[in-house]
Amino acid sequence: MIVMSYQDGVHELALGAPPCNEIGSAMLTELEAFLTSVDPEAHTLILHSTQRGGFCTGADLRELYQGLCDTPPEQHGARVGDFIDRIHRVMDTIDMLPLTTIGVIHGVCFGGGFELALTCDILIAEKSARFCFPELRLGIVPGFGGIPRLRRDVGNALIRDLLLSGRSIGAAKALAAGLVSQVVIAGEGLLAARSLAAQSGKFDGHARRAAKAFIKQLPAEELARERALFVELAQRPALLAALKRFVESTDLRPYLP
Amino acid sequence: MADTVQTLINMAAKRFKADAAQLRPEDDMFERLGIGSFQAVELISDIEGEFDIELPDYELQGVKTFAALAQKIDKRR
Repeated sequence: MIVMSYQDGVHELALGAPPCNEIGSAMLTELEAFLTSVDPEAHTLILHSTQRGGFCTGADLRELYQGLCDTPPEQHGARVGDFIDRIHRVMDTIDMLPLTTIGVIHGVCFGGGFELALTCDILIAEKSARFCFPELRLGIVPGFGGIPRLRRDVGNALIRDLLLSGRSIGAAKALAAGLVSQVVIAGEGLLAARSLAAQSGKFDGHARRAAKAFIKQLPAEELARERALFVELAQRPALLAALKRFVESTDLRPYLP
Repeated sequence: MADTVQTLINMAAKRFKADAAQLRPEDDMFERLGIGSFQAVELISDIEGEFDIELPDYELQGVKTFAALAQKIDKRR
């Protein structure tokens, strides 16, 4: 599902779970395994997708639905809370890794996938990249830390637009907004990331880590508020009803409004 | 409008390897091109690049034909 490689101080994680890297317990287990095996001498992590559709469509909604169906309603809050805590531990750890982390984005980068991308220090978008928070369609808010992390980088006007409209934005808009810092043509994202990684590897490790720690902090208080709101909303019947519609839908375009 | 819809048809035909000469403005583009979510997202990105506009996804609600989509595009140019 995730192909991990390591060479010359650069970890690469290639997300390769069809159809488009849905984040569920299997992917979390692999990310947790990676985080326990980071080489202390490493300087860069590159996160990218080998799936044609894009970087990641977000949480595994089918797994979430099945999990809620298998759990008595009075325990939904605890179950969702445990899952969110596990995700936050992984996302926060990636966010604060003492490495330069580069996300390479093409195609769909929606919901939890967008939130995973936002843990990276630097985002390189291919022209096909589209970013979106569709969570309101499910009766919830982004729960993997996306809004607090996005607020570190871009203005509230765009965040409100993304959150409250559920629309997607393309690479050019993301570049103009400061969400991504480089845009390249199709198929060139990984090469651009490797070039950046090679540059990062030339720097003194202590100074590089200090620079990251100086410029990037975890928005801990807002992450805790987001978690609480997500767990509260996830216990309402609206989520289960929306998940049921999604899982049972035969629409070829379930990710469009 | 005529220019927009023809440009749209040519662009979609190229993207999804269809014969532009066989596509009509009143065709159901999703049905004719056989595209799902991911391909629709690609099409939106192509449209934004080609026409230098922003096209919010929700503008596509209820839009099925090339002609209807061309109208949406023209309103944002």
